[in-house]
Amino acid sequence: MKTSLARQQYLDLYYYMRLNRAVEDTMVKLFRQNKIVGGLYSSLGQEAISVGTAYALEKKDWLAPMIRNIGALLVKGVPPRDVFMQHMAKYDSPTKGKDGTSHFGDLENLHIVSPISMLGDLIPVMTGVAMAGRYLGQKIVAMTWIGDGGSSTGVFHEGLNFAATQRAPFVLILENNLWAYSTPVKRQVPLDNLADRAKAYGISSYTVDGNDVVAVYTTAKEAVDRARAGEGPILIECKSFRRLGHAQHDPAEYVPKEMRKYWEARDPILLYEKFLTGEKLLDAKGKKEIEDKIDALLAKERDFAENSPMPPAEFAEHGVYCTGDDCHKIQPKWVRSKAEVTPPKSSVAPVWTVEGFGEGQGSSGGTAPIHFGDTAPQLADQKEEQAPKAPGKAGGKKPARSVAAAPARKARR
Amino acid sequence: MAATNGATVPQTTFLEAIKQAMFEEMERDPAVVLLGEDVGVYGGAFKTSEGLLERFGWERVIDTPISESAIIGAACGMSYLGLRPICEMQFIDFIVCAFNQITNFVAKGHYLWNAPAPMVIRGPSGGGVHGGPFHSANPEMYFVHTPGLKVIYPSTPYDAKGLLKSAVRDNNPVLFFEHKFLYRRIKEELPKDDYTVPIGKAVVRREGKHLTILSYAAMMHASLEAADALVKEGIEAEVVDLRTLLPLDEETILASVKKTNKCLVVHEDTKTGGIAGEIAAILCEKAFSDLDGPLMRVTALDTPVPYSPPLEEYFLPNAKKIFSAAKELARY
Repeated sequence: MKTSLARQQYLDLYYYMRLNRAVEDTMVKLFRQNKIVGGLYSSLGQEAISVGTAYALEKKDWLAPMIRNIGALLVKGVPPRDVFMQHMAKYDSPTKGKDGTSHFGDLENLHIVSPISMLGDLIPVMTGVAMAGRYLGQKIVAMTWIGDGGSSTGVFHEGLNFAATQRAPFVLILENNLWAYSTPVKRQVPLDNLADRAKAYGISSYTVDGNDVVAVYTTAKEAVDRARAGEGPILIECKSFRRLGHAQHDPAEYVPKEMRKYWEARDPILLYEKFLTGEKLLDAKGKKEIEDKIDALLAKERDFAENSPMPPAEFAEHGVYCTGDDCHKIQPKWVRSKAEVTPPKSSVAPVWTVEGFGEGQGSSGGTAPIHFGDTAPQLADQKEEQAPKAPGKAGGKKPARSVAAAPARKARR
Repeated sequence: MAATNGATVPQTTFLEAIKQAMFEEMERDPAVVLLGEDVGVYGGAFKTSEGLLERFGWERVIDTPISESAIIGAACGMSYLGLRPICEMQFIDFIVCAFNQITNFVAKGHYLWNAPAPMVIRGPSGGGVHGGPFHSANPEMYFVHTPGLKVIYPSTPYDAKGLLKSAVRDNNPVLFFEHKFLYRRIKEELPKDDYTVPIGKAVVRREGKHLTILSYAAMMHASLEAADALVKEGIEAEVVDLRTLLPLDEETILASVKKTNKCLVVHEDTKTGGIAGEIAAILCEKAFSDLDGPLMRVTALDTPVPYSPPLEEYFLPNAKKIFSAAKELARY
């Protein structure tokens, strides 16, 4: 662990890791009391990844969590009560009971995109977030996480490749916890370092010890800075271990006991406490203060969550569609001048420049061939009363000739 | 619906109408961007985006890799920041490559976490041009079965332009199917001024009293042709163009069927699970006592779209098949 952060940053990282674990411990208790409606997933032993990476983001940046990234949500500013209520399917939860777990977001304030259970889909979505942020001049970075298992999906490839072609300001955290449900990583990916996947996209990557929160943070910070400066996308592999089963129901007997023991000794919070103590950044008193603060906070948050009502049944019917401005007034936040992306400033020569060879252009005009659908010969230009120069209005230029099978007809309306 | 000053642009093809809609929407609102395969320099495989790159530049007209899930996913992410992306599927057949992204991510966001996704997914669909089994699809019903999406399938240049503009301005994800058989075969005069056509409204194309033919897209034209021929048999068919399949305009459908008491649904989509089945259920629920005959349907066969012209012609519905079915229905 390096020693280049401000004291408060060290303590923030510690606080959020402890908070992350305490929130999940509380949910285990709720689960055992049958107060959690569905499954409960744990990030035990992986807290340094969620916390260290999200801590590298600025307030204006966007993130999208996966199932084991409660810590990232807490760092971004989500109150623990929201996490509790999501799991308890309460009406006051961010999704008002329509979805559970970490599946919620906040477009307006915290800039969080909700995940779905299908792995990898967030990668193109966050690529789009990054592209839109750049387009609007917001100078944001988008970040999401994927597991070792999720890195084998097709959409991982499509998304990261597209992000690479766009040089999108996007950072992807590949959380390698060595197990995808019951299948070990070696049976999924024939690579020693999953960061090597980055080579296929011509992008930068890092490999970092995912149980060393300072290393995770400093790496993520460098990647976020580089992505913001236009060097994205960037892939970071964080090596760690999933200490519990896939979810609460899973005893994970497929994991060798010795492996579990090895990683328990490398608990990220224990390692970090040793470091902080050695650097005289934390003593018993300071630790106790943080613990008390978290206990008091979570007692309050849990209380709120437990007292929240379940949603009224008929609420199931509501909200499939946005009904318009009364429902959502959609207005992009422009930071750059719109004139830069509107004609005449936006207009370009529509050519491909191939290095060493010059330029090539598209085929156009009234007789331009189209792929299928019209093999009929084109008539020469008909009489043109109006032929505006704008490409969208070349209306009279290209009527198809009538063909026997389907006479060109005037539409009726 | 009409232009304010009555001026028209003469003889605009369906394809040109699509292009005009995109051009004018991008001109109107810099939040509108286009992304898809070969949409930029090449101007699209069907030339629907010709000239857009030249005018709006690389940031707004984005040539993508061959990655439908990435196109849809990225557009969804863009929409979360308030952009209004238009995604082109080079052929609508390829939309299923992004099925998960559309049905699970894009469609569910507003319901689940209050996240509207104002985006359009459009592309050339339909058969009759010998495109074969992977370039002729009518995949509308996969998506009509997905709450959260809107599905449009126009039949005229006027509607194509007006509905595409409405789709771009809508706060929901809208799927917009363009029957490629119509691209250069159908043309009409369009208003010069900005206009839109409302999503979710069917239109009566031809008044009649003996039976109702419900159809859309290319089959709307075959239905009109059949209706013309039916006149000689003394049968006045009312032809209703559905235009939007989700949400379906039940009001117009029911009004027409309650008037004619007979209903024939014509679609180019395959029979099983096509919109005709859904309409049959609606009529049973809401107009059972008005029906003087069985709901009949003329559709494509329940097979993949075959390539060879005689096979495809046999597979597809046409005016003759519609004529026969309508005659049979009229006898009840």
